Amino acid sequence: MAKLPPYTSTGEYIWHYTFRVICGLIFLFLILPILVVLPLSFNVEPYFSFTEGMLSFDPDAYSLRWYEDILRNGMGAPDAPFGWAWLSDTWNNGQWMRAIRNSFFIGICATLLSTALGTLAAIGLSRSEMPYRRLIMSILISPMIVPLVITAAGMFYFYSQIQLSQTYLGVIMAHAVLGTPFVIITVTATLVGFDKSLVRASQSLGAGAVTTFRKVQMPLIIPGVVSGGLFAFITSFDEVVAVLFLASPEQRTIPRQMWSGIREQISPTILAVATLLVILSIILLTVLELLRRRSERLRGITNS
Amino acid sequence: MVDSQTVQLEPITAADGTPLKKKLAQALFRSRVRAVSLVLPLFAFVMASFVIPIIALMWQGVYNDTFSSYTPNLTEKLKVWDGMSQPDEAMYAALVVDLETARADRTIGRIATRVNQEYPGTRSLFTSTARKAKKLKAPFKDSVIKTNKKWDNIEVWRAMKITSQDLTPAFYATALDGRYTANQGFVSQDENRQIYVQLFWRTMMISGTVMGLCLLLGYPVAYLLATLPLRTSNLLMIMVLLPFWTSLLVRTTAWIALLQSQGVINDLLVYVGITADDARFSLIYNMTGTIVAMTHILLPFMILPLYSVMKTIPPSYMRAARSLGATPTKAFIKVYMPQTIPGIGAGGLLVFILAIGYYITPALVGGQDGQLISNMIAYHMQKSLNWSLAAALGGILLAGVLLLYWAYDRVIGIDNMKLG
Amino acid sequence: MSRLTKKIIAIASASAFVSSAAIAADLTVVSWGGAYTKSQVEAYHKPWMAKTGKSIVSEDYGGGIAEIKAQVESGNVTWDIVDVELSDAIRACDEGLLEQIDHSILPPAPDGTPATEDFLPGTLHDCAVANIVWSSVYAYDSSKTRNWNKPTKMADFFNTKAYPGKRGMRKSPKVTLEFALIADGVPVSQVYDVLGTEEGVARAFAKLDTIKDDIVWWEAGAQPPQLLADGEVVFSTAWNGRVFNAKNAEGQSFEMVWDGQIYDLDLWVIPKGSKNKEAALDFLAFSTATEQLAAQASWISYGPARASSVARIGTFHADPSIKMASHMPTAPANFKNALQNDFEFWADNADQLNERFNAWLAK
Repeated sequence: MAKLPPYTSTGEYIWHYTFRVICGLIFLFLILPILVVLPLSFNVEPYFSFTEGMLSFDPDAYSLRWYEDILRNGMGAPDAPFGWAWLSDTWNNGQWMRAIRNSFFIGICATLLSTALGTLAAIGLSRSEMPYRRLIMSILISPMIVPLVITAAGMFYFYSQIQLSQTYLGVIMAHAVLGTPFVIITVTATLVGFDKSLVRASQSLGAGAVTTFRKVQMPLIIPGVVSGGLFAFITSFDEVVAVLFLASPEQRTIPRQMWSGIREQISPTILAVATLLVILSIILLTVLELLRRRSERLRGITNS
Repeated sequence: MVDSQTVQLEPITAADGTPLKKKLAQALFRSRVRAVSLVLPLFAFVMASFVIPIIALMWQGVYNDTFSSYTPNLTEKLKVWDGMSQPDEAMYAALVVDLETARADRTIGRIATRVNQEYPGTRSLFTSTARKAKKLKAPFKDSVIKTNKKWDNIEVWRAMKITSQDLTPAFYATALDGRYTANQGFVSQDENRQIYVQLFWRTMMISGTVMGLCLLLGYPVAYLLATLPLRTSNLLMIMVLLPFWTSLLVRTTAWIALLQSQGVINDLLVYVGITADDARFSLIYNMTGTIVAMTHILLPFMILPLYSVMKTIPPSYMRAARSLGATPTKAFIKVYMPQTIPGIGAGGLLVFILAIGYYITPALVGGQDGQLISNMIAYHMQKSLNWSLAAALGGILLAGVLLLYWAYDRVIGIDNMKLG
Repeated sequence: MSRLTKKIIAIASASAFVSSAAIAADLTVVSWGGAYTKSQVEAYHKPWMAKTGKSIVSEDYGGGIAEIKAQVESGNVTWDIVDVELSDAIRACDEGLLEQIDHSILPPAPDGTPATEDFLPGTLHDCAVANIVWSSVYAYDSSKTRNWNKPTKMADFFNTKAYPGKRGMRKSPKVTLEFALIADGVPVSQVYDVLGTEEGVARAFAKLDTIKDDIVWWEAGAQPPQLLADGEVVFSTAWNGRVFNAKNAEGQSFEMVWDGQIYDLDLWVIPKGSKNKEAALDFLAFSTATEQLAAQASWISYGPARASSVARIGTFHADPSIKMASHMPTAPANFKNALQNDFEFWADNADQLNERFNAWLAK
């Protein structure tokens, strides 16, 4: 903590600490709801609140039953003995398992599509020769701004007519479009600080355009591309409105499964899934932070 | 980059003998083509999978040919009818022919649904008369009215005249709590069916409240993060980024667990003795729930732009103000705050734009008075199946959002949008 | 090149990953979920799969024809047979969204009575065949000690003085408005006449106004038992079979009030363009046979749509001491003050009343 300067008055001292307390409360507001989910998902009772047993750390008050439920839900024979047959049953029939597989498949495909297209476009957009730059940029960013309900309704209406609704391709296209603005923004940000003289240096040393791109530009923009890709992935992984409109039960994703869980029968299984998702976002956040540091190091920027 | 080698500072001609000016123009043209061809794939993709679908939907808001395409004969007659005189025998005859075909093709339900949207309570008039259409004999006016005397009501015919127009302002009229009629033009909707204007206002109000709360909570946090040493602030930043990266549904679920009447907060209040067990607070499934959850979800969108602006303000300005005799409060208000206005603008607009189109959170925790206009659009897309009305409501919302987006671009510039 | 190859391998493996997800089912049956779907799985799905050797995928939905319409109009029909309410069946049929069903494929009763005579009146339609009669009632949890007399009338649901606390109701004008009028003293025989007038609608909303602040709205059939069990509400409107199962299979001490019950049909329909139409028709004929309908009644307290099945209703699967016949909506003791949902009224007025209902909710 920074030391207060010697000329600070008593009133300022009080304000200084009051301010810290206020900020602490706001941080608590931000983080507490997420943290509260974690212990509740181990509740042995089907309630959304801490039982007395939980508060006194009675091990019997905690259980993994809701995590088991993620596996069992929808199985043909959930009570069969554990083994290969059981595993294949949960893999093939478990409702959550299906949602998890769908989420990853759709998320990965959409990410590849939006990262590839978005990176190219960002490189093009960062060139000063690009005509109508501002207009095109605002069109390409607009999927992030247009209310999701309108986007999803439009896609539902239009994709239905070209037989794309209720297919994997339709959902992947929708998610790819929603993810591209993030790729453009992050890649553009890395290109802004890009030193053009590096390209000229590479060329003066005899490298062709392709080699220059691969050996000089790529390594520098890669962190931007990857973090854009992560944004695109989490966008798809978290998206539910387009799925609600476009997907058939076959393409149910994790958020879609949570949506019906919350609407119909809110059981702690949802909390167990939520906990897993929080862990996933912690991992993604860590990767992103490491990338940011690497990017700064590579570009020789010491402080942000 | 072959051309940059050829573009050298030679007078008049380039290496291959062409004039430099021409060569430069060629080079510029080529690099333009290259830039465009890099952008083109994504542009085409966004157009095909995003822009065109939305335009197609919006078109539905002003264009609906359900009625005219299934009742070609009647539409012909309604076109020339003035909407005032009693319908004549030829119109009734056309009606019978079209109803009979529609019954056979099983399109009668679509016709009936469409007219019912303009003139409620007429659905079965169409379906039941269509069942009898085959047996009806000339003179058709009498025999049709004999099956149901509602056919004598000129309002039914006026409603059909309205629905027979493909290009119609009727849905936008409905979306603004009005009605478009054949004889009086635009009139206002019955009072007890007015809902949309009020809902638009409520959406604005809730979004405004959320924006205000985000500013109130986000400003001190951003200030703290910007003034603390980098190492500490990076650590605290995690508290902002983790919610940002956590699924929307997870956060909404968390709020349900916290706020519901058997939830953590109410349990705590009962335990502490602030409230009785049978008088627990309703914190969720109402407007309070919507506002609390939306504020939590959108807060990072306020903090991040504020933080990046505050980061650029040198602390020496404040010190200078202090040393010139300003009180801390005055120095803050006069010197610091004005410099953060770009951040307030960026964060505020972003939060407002995102809030105004919110759907998931209000749908899950909004109860009856926490619903926004998006929920109504989804309702008409998925439940009432009145896609044209959904498109009209969406058109109004979209126009508002695009206006704000334009303002954002003007004031802040979308190139300056930052994430994380 | 190597990078491209890597990408191709990645995509190929990813698609292999998901192709195991694409379930190759011979028939997709869509119903309302929960205890109701379970009763159908036990009485229809399992015997049909055993008989034909084909597989069934069972999906849940929340009612309405939006999904059917979307599938039919997009030409990508993934649902083969759907359990819908009567007014929706009629509307979807009128809009050309459903396959016509030839009633001659329905098997006769065991005594040889043709199906067209064996099915109860009003249960066979051009595009739909009824399987059950279900009912909307209200229920309460009798294990929660409360200081009041046992509620017996629809009016009690609206009496917040004698019965304080929150009430669960379905977020829809259908049934809700009828309940309000019945509670306000309109005889069941006149409910739809009254509701057909402007004053009647105003009267229903005025009655609802008296409890508006106490209503918790539910949307899925599984919610009311949950709301009651959690103590979120003291009363909730609910579907009778769900309450029965929560009570007798899950040990909840729920009681139902049959006064002013509104009963309706559930019917099988086949979306137009179903890829497994033959199998769907076969399943439809199989499941609406006398024996299957009677068997379903031992899993949930919904009345079979066939006269010959009604005579064969047995005991509850989880507790043979419970005779199911007396728990049906149509059992004489329960049927004293009952109203049949008027599908034509709702087909005509659903749009308008939905709008008013939404406007009223938003006020």
